[in-house]
Amino acid sequence: MISFTNVAKYYENGSTSVALDEINLKINTGEFVTLVGKSGAGKSTLIKLIIGEEQPTRGKIIVAGQDVGKMRSTDLPTLRRKLGVVFQDFRLLPKKTVHENVAFAMEVAGRLEREINEVVPQVLDMVGLADRAGHFPNQLSGGEKQRVAIARAMINRPMVIIADEPTGNLDPVNTWEIIKLLTKINELGTTIILATHSKDIVNALGKRVVSIDKGRVVRDEQNGRYILN
Amino acid sequence: MATFLSRIFKYGWQNFSRGKWLSAATLVIIVLALVVFEGLIVFTVITKTSLTLLQEKIDISVYFKPKTAEDEILKVKKVIEELPETAEVEYVSRDKALALFKETHKDDAAISQALAELNENPLSPVLNIKAKKPDQYAAIAAELERESWKPITQKITYRQNQTIIDRLSKIIDITNRVGLILTILLTLTAIVITFNTVSLAIYSNREEIGIMRLVGAPNSLISGPYMVEGIIYGVMGAAVSLLIFWPAVYWGAPYLKYFLADLDLRAYFFTHFFSLVGYQLLFGIALGVISSNFAIQKYLKI
Repeated sequence: MISFTNVAKYYENGSTSVALDEINLKINTGEFVTLVGKSGAGKSTLIKLIIGEEQPTRGKIIVAGQDVGKMRSTDLPTLRRKLGVVFQDFRLLPKKTVHENVAFAMEVAGRLEREINEVVPQVLDMVGLADRAGHFPNQLSGGEKQRVAIARAMINRPMVIIADEPTGNLDPVNTWEIIKLLTKINELGTTIILATHSKDIVNALGKRVVSIDKGRVVRDEQNGRYILN
Repeated sequence: MATFLSRIFKYGWQNFSRGKWLSAATLVIIVLALVVFEGLIVFTVITKTSLTLLQEKIDISVYFKPKTAEDEILKVKKVIEELPETAEVEYVSRDKALALFKETHKDDAAISQALAELNENPLSPVLNIKAKKPDQYAAIAAELERESWKPITQKITYRQNQTIIDRLSKIIDITNRVGLILTILLTLTAIVITFNTVSLAIYSNREEIGIMRLVGAPNSLISGPYMVEGIIYGVMGAAVSLLIFWPAVYWGAPYLKYFLADLDLRAYFFTHFFSLVGYQLLFGIALGVISSNFAIQKYLKI
């Protein structure tokens, strides 16, 4: 479903800095993959490459059958509608209510109002925010904001949800709520890619662990644990 | 398509209504730009009226010898009328000149008495000539001074008034140029300030734009609402600026009449109501939409 073949990403700022190098990775449908690594290891760059926010310097990235590196910028929105993305800083639209934030993802996919009005409350109910539908992001707690982001990511039933440090700004209680939610979504058949540097989460999940260090995949284990030198 | 458009309008309105201070600040700038635009219209009307008045005051008169036959004067009139520089030629016969003179001085007993004592009409027939432009009087005067007409002409007022005509002509010319430069400069200033304000407003929304892109919104759905917001700024800006400007014109117009008796700004604004509102809307919407469109482009690259 997602494959990286000999992918490298370099940044040129006077000198060349290597963000990712020799990445060969395959993620199958329905998997729950955790990407672990220290800050700056290259986890976020890898995610940016999947969603087409960055282009690889070298190599081939296939997402849902499409070569992301060769896609035109006008085709990227179509790809992104097939993916759900959750970030550490939530990235909610501040001038839209909870309902509108979630509905926006359906609206950009061209779904009808009737369908939106039916599905959004169901999904908000699933993430435990049915009573917050009319609130604006600044009226929510961090955990609630992240649940809105997850609701938005899953509303179009994407093939994959990519979560980049989704619990980085949350307290332990909310952290486990979010992880439980992602596990539940995965059980319903959606592929999950979770980037984190939380040892506790990785070890508790016991899923596939891809360890990244200095831009390279140093370990890739099913039922893995958090091991970094 | 209808759903797409309705969503664009909905998002545009949400951007505007929920933007609060940012929307208010942007609107204030657009209103100021439109007030400048209206000010320029008033400035143009005032200068045009003053210059027209000035131009109307300029003419040259050819006085013929009292015994000159009317058909000879009419021949001169015909030749002058055919000159490309001539706008209008008015023939005042001796009788008409006398009648006008009597009318003008009817309250002056001494003049009336003096006229009554004269057995004949002392006045000369006159051609009053207006040129199309003030700087064309020299050419007309040169034509009038031709040798063949010298036996019948008595006086041509051009030479006596040449200095003042030239000066007025220069004033009119300079005022026109300064007016044009001022209009261009102020319009450009208003456009640049509005553009910067809208750019800043969109810059402050750059994260939202990024989020929309990540969610998979096509560029049209991201930029569309900003165009709609631009239209809203234009329409509301036009409405607010008119609400500010019209009372000002209504109360200020009578005072302007002290300086320019022929200028009725109120009447001008009422007779040109729809075209002025149209220009305001057009200028406001164009300012809002074009600024938004330019400003948003750089955030839609990837």
